[in-house]
Amino acid sequence: MGLSAPSEHRTVAYAPESQEGWVATRLDFLVNWARANSLWPMPFGTACCAIEFMATAASDFDLARFGMERMSFSPRQADVLICAGRVPFKLAPILRRIWQQMPQPKWCISMGACASTGGMFDNYAVVQGIDTIIPVDVYVPGCPPRPEALIYGIRMLQEKVKNERAADKGTRDEMEPDPKSQLYIPPSVIDELGEPFGNSVNQTRSGL
Amino acid sequence: MSRFDILRTGRAAASGQPSTLKAVQHRDAEANPSAAALAEKFGGAVKRREVIWGETIVYVDQARVHEIISWLHDDPSQQYDFLADVTAVEYRDAEVPVEVVWHLRSLPYRRFLRVKVQLPKGQPMAVASVYDIYKSADWLERECYDMFGIQFSGHPDLRRILMWESYKEGFPLRKDFPLRGRFSRSEQLRQSLAQNPEARYSMEELSIADAFAELPEDMKRRLSKGERTGE
Repeated sequence: MGLSAPSEHRTVAYAPESQEGWVATRLDFLVNWARANSLWPMPFGTACCAIEFMATAASDFDLARFGMERMSFSPRQADVLICAGRVPFKLAPILRRIWQQMPQPKWCISMGACASTGGMFDNYAVVQGIDTIIPVDVYVPGCPPRPEALIYGIRMLQEKVKNERAADKGTRDEMEPDPKSQLYIPPSVIDELGEPFGNSVNQTRSGL
Repeated sequence: MSRFDILRTGRAAASGQPSTLKAVQHRDAEANPSAAALAEKFGGAVKRREVIWGETIVYVDQARVHEIISWLHDDPSQQYDFLADVTAVEYRDAEVPVEVVWHLRSLPYRRFLRVKVQLPKGQPMAVASVYDIYKSADWLERECYDMFGIQFSGHPDLRRILMWESYKEGFPLRKDFPLRGRFSRSEQLRQSLAQNPEARYSMEELSIADAFAELPEDMKRRLSKGERTGE
């Protein structure tokens, strides 16, 4: 799906002696400045977090101050997927399809407890964190987060965008899920993270 | 006046105005007269009736429930023209049977009646569908099947509605279903990601046969190849 072949540079190596010259860094700065201040969000609102997201976009908090005045309801024109609300298993393939339809470069904000971890919905129907379906850049805690919290998360994402380097090919690759399990993180890790904790350890699993 | 009297408004109004019922008895309040009419009409098929918080519950025979609901719908003295809900109740006690519940409302007579059928556990759970009486039973029965696994015989399209169609873990609202599901998290995720998100738009559901010419090319191709959507 990616335009270029996946490179080996999946991590950013910080080594001052290998840094680009003055022109390249200035160009990076310009490109990142433009990108970070014109992130078009793709709102994927499924629950009460979406109401807070609407409040964030409305005049009191005014996302347009950060260059996000245009909600992109087509994933093909979006830069950042804001997943606001719980994602049931039935919606999981749809969320992944939307993510795969977004062109690079793209980022993802997981807004609220349910999108980040499944929240209080530790049951048969709800995905335990959208990072098991798609890669996530910023997690915004809260149930639901206040608009200030979402704006803080967006500012964090802008910081991340501003620190990207064009020479770092890893940031431009489309991350492909593991062909066998079709997951981004190993199934054993998902099972481990999905183990019951707190009061819910009393619930038992039957069979399988 | 009785709370089950027919109310007329305007010039035809008799004495008495509609009023909100206050201080309802828990049990043995005035029963909905339809319960007595049912007992008279169907005799032994009406097993028991209860009035709880002013609402009448009629337990009927499993084999005759379709006939009874059909009569309630058609008889001019009943006219239960609105099916509010079809659902089921399973109790934690393994001895207590599963109940299938129909919530019926008669708009002309302002009556509410709850019809219940008890299905003993350990047998295949099947009751007659009331889809031919109330079209609204379509999705209600599908949901009841999806969540409890009750077969509604005679339903034209009985398949899952809330869970996806290839869902293999069973019926989530049954008492023996673990809250987190039967499979591990990664297996649940793998199975849910394997479903085809576009498969939900079936020719049958959307009745797009008329608009076939206006469909996108790829969808036309897939449908004409006989792709049965869903599973």
